[in-house]
Amino acid sequence: MTTETQTLREWLLSETPTSRRHARMAALYKGWLTLRANHMAMIGLGIIALLIGTAMFAPLLAQHDPFVQDLAFRLQPLGTEGHILGTDSLGRDILSRMIYGSRITLYIVALVVMIAPVAGLLVGTIAGYAGGWTDIILMRITDIFLAFPRLILALAFVAALGAGIENAVLAIALTAWPPYARMARAETLTIRSSDYISAIRLQGAGPMRIITKHIWPLCISSLIVRVTLDMAGIILAAAGLGFLGLGAQPPSPEWGAMISEGRRFILDYWWIATMPGLAIFTVSLAFNLLGDGLRDVLDPKDSTS
Amino acid sequence: MSDAISIENLNVWFGEHHDLFQAVKHASLTVASGASFGLVGESGSGKSTILRALTGLAPQWEGQMSINGTDLTHKRDKQFYKTVQMVFQDPYASLHPRHSVDQVLSETLQLHGFKDIDNRVNKLLLDVGLGPAFRFRYPHQLSGGQRQRIAIARALAAEPKILLLDEPTSALDVSVQAEILNLLCDLRAEHGLTYLMVSHDLAVVAHMCERAAVMRNGEIVEIIEVADMRAGKTTHDYTAQLLHASANRVA
Amino acid sequence: MTTLLDVDNLWVRFPNRSGVFDAVRGVSFSLGRERLGIVGESGSGKSLTGRAILRLIRSPGIVEAGHINLHGDNLLNKSEAEMRKVRGEKISMVMQDPKFSLNPVMTVGDQIIEAYRLHAKASKAEAYKKSVEMLEAVSIRDAERVMKAYPHEMSGGMGQRIMIAMMLIPNPEILIADEPTSALDVSVQGQVLSIMDKLVKERGMGLIFISHDLNLVSQFCDRVLIMYAGRIVEVCKADKLHEAKHPYTQGLLGSLPRFDAPRDRLQVLTRDPAWREAPSVEARL
Repeated sequence: MTTETQTLREWLLSETPTSRRHARMAALYKGWLTLRANHMAMIGLGIIALLIGTAMFAPLLAQHDPFVQDLAFRLQPLGTEGHILGTDSLGRDILSRMIYGSRITLYIVALVVMIAPVAGLLVGTIAGYAGGWTDIILMRITDIFLAFPRLILALAFVAALGAGIENAVLAIALTAWPPYARMARAETLTIRSSDYISAIRLQGAGPMRIITKHIWPLCISSLIVRVTLDMAGIILAAAGLGFLGLGAQPPSPEWGAMISEGRRFILDYWWIATMPGLAIFTVSLAFNLLGDGLRDVLDPKDSTS
Repeated sequence: MSDAISIENLNVWFGEHHDLFQAVKHASLTVASGASFGLVGESGSGKSTILRALTGLAPQWEGQMSINGTDLTHKRDKQFYKTVQMVFQDPYASLHPRHSVDQVLSETLQLHGFKDIDNRVNKLLLDVGLGPAFRFRYPHQLSGGQRQRIAIARALAAEPKILLLDEPTSALDVSVQAEILNLLCDLRAEHGLTYLMVSHDLAVVAHMCERAAVMRNGEIVEIIEVADMRAGKTTHDYTAQLLHASANRVA
Repeated sequence: MTTLLDVDNLWVRFPNRSGVFDAVRGVSFSLGRERLGIVGESGSGKSLTGRAILRLIRSPGIVEAGHINLHGDNLLNKSEAEMRKVRGEKISMVMQDPKFSLNPVMTVGDQIIEAYRLHAKASKAEAYKKSVEMLEAVSIRDAERVMKAYPHEMSGGMGQRIMIAMMLIPNPEILIADEPTSALDVSVQGQVLSIMDKLVKERGMGLIFISHDLNLVSQFCDRVLIMYAGRIVEVCKADKLHEAKHPYTQGLLGSLPRFDAPRDRLQVLTRDPAWREAPSVEARL
């Protein structure tokens, strides 16, 4: 036993953890180090951190109210005094609208992430573990949802419940969960025949415990990776719905709706549609890069040998 | 005193219709309480399948199996799991990759209804020759031999009377195998356990067991005392062949 | 005996988060037309030594050596294209599990023909004939049927014999066998080993036999190197293995359960840290 105290880094890199908390922190730290080594992933993470920061501090960052119209200053180009990214057809500052729009983007992302992968995980793992009729029925339900074209479903919701961002999110979530269910089921089928599952069955563990404590921790890694990679598609889908007028309603500064409004002016006043478009592109790319990096960290391959 | 394990006319099969494969055919054997019995054979002989049928992991079977005089049905209950436990072959696959040693042992103890979990975990780790330093490690931070010790600790947590050992050392280095086999012998002496051990290695079976059944293609061809095996007094040709092959690996 | 291969001061290193891990540390040996066994436990560096000779270790692994001379020609100085000519034609490797080393989506025949045509300019018909001959040389009776079959339809022993046929068809001078019988049943091991032995003797090849099984190597090889922690700790003639001097070798021999000598407890190997520090023993002819 040495008498000098360990530095924090040594403590975290220790091969002999001394408590549950220590073990968990050590595992997290090692994961963090792997992620940090991937520069592309760190860029992605940085952009997402920026997104979250922008959303949180929107009132402080935006110089103008995103809803205030100023018809004397409509269609101002980039670099105008007081309006760096110009103004739109109603004289509203584009940069401020984009900043407030980041909140809506995050809102959409958070809602879909809370619904789709969770539903997929539940359905997939239960189907995979139970097998038999449960598996068949659940998978056919999954197939039915998988067959729904997203936009048609969104239209149906709008017709039934009225337009609005929540309905758009619901439509997206309802069509996004089936792939997660399939993935979770495939993983469950592989895991189910492992010796460690047999071992816990031999201790008298019931299916609920096995699914929640043994199977979910293994599925969650690939689910997280898949979600970050899907994020780009989800943002674009919401933007698309906004573009069609099925999602966020005017005067909401949702990025897709902003592109829609700017479409009429694309030839002469291109920045109105392009700026929010660039924002969508950047955030989607960031999620892709982060997802790739997370795959290296959470790859189950690493943990089996 | 009834036998610890009694198997009569056991048939086990997998799949159905044209996929049907019979892994065990008309197997019969008995293991007395406190004895150590070996199941030897090559790959595909059905020896591991008998263990799986006993534990309920191979659901399609018919015949008679009993533990301590009680017949087994197609379901296994808590009492069974407190009496019979299994150690699996591949130490790299028998521990959950995301659970620390502490989680593995604590969960097992919880499932069996023990209350003083902390003390028991520490004691189990000492019993298998590891110390408290290993308690919070994850499997990827353990060597093959250490993982197998944890697997043995897990099996012992329930305080069973009968241990089923499925090739417990075939994935381990020779020096580690020696440690694990010594550990298993010590534990058996200390707790009065009954062992049913599967192996393809005749020397290991001869070291650990008193009697052994030789299996080929799902059938038990001979049940032989280890002393006779060492003396070469076999009654079936196949056993003689196996003995010969083990002794001289190069023709 | 002429020296076919000479390895001088071989190091194999893997950089990791906390520095560099040295898996093979200063190994030197030479190989003639003999059967050389390399024995060690997992982590001793024996497999990596075999792979390093064939330059199969990719970055981030680092391979350094004084030289790896094949008939005086340093393999470390060769480009990747030149190494491709060496692999198969001069030095071949048979690996442990034919399930993983044979391509599951190609027929056996296609794979052997491909192996042949990579190194010899031959027509398909010629290559086919040679392949059938080779399969018969490894005692596969129904060679034509096996040519049309897929690897998963073969048993372990058969698969390994196919592997040997595939690796020997370009007529290499040296065969490196990395645990070739570890995945096989005991009764089949003998068969595969005698086939390998016969072919190596017939063709005057050198054989490097890597294994964890000390008994097997002592029966099958002429000379044995024992590796521990990346170094060679002892060299001896195979039939003199039981007179080994190094405590590690003695420990390995003592920890095996023996049929003819029953014991209550198996000898447990206590590892002396000095073994790791001592320099590697040179195993030249």
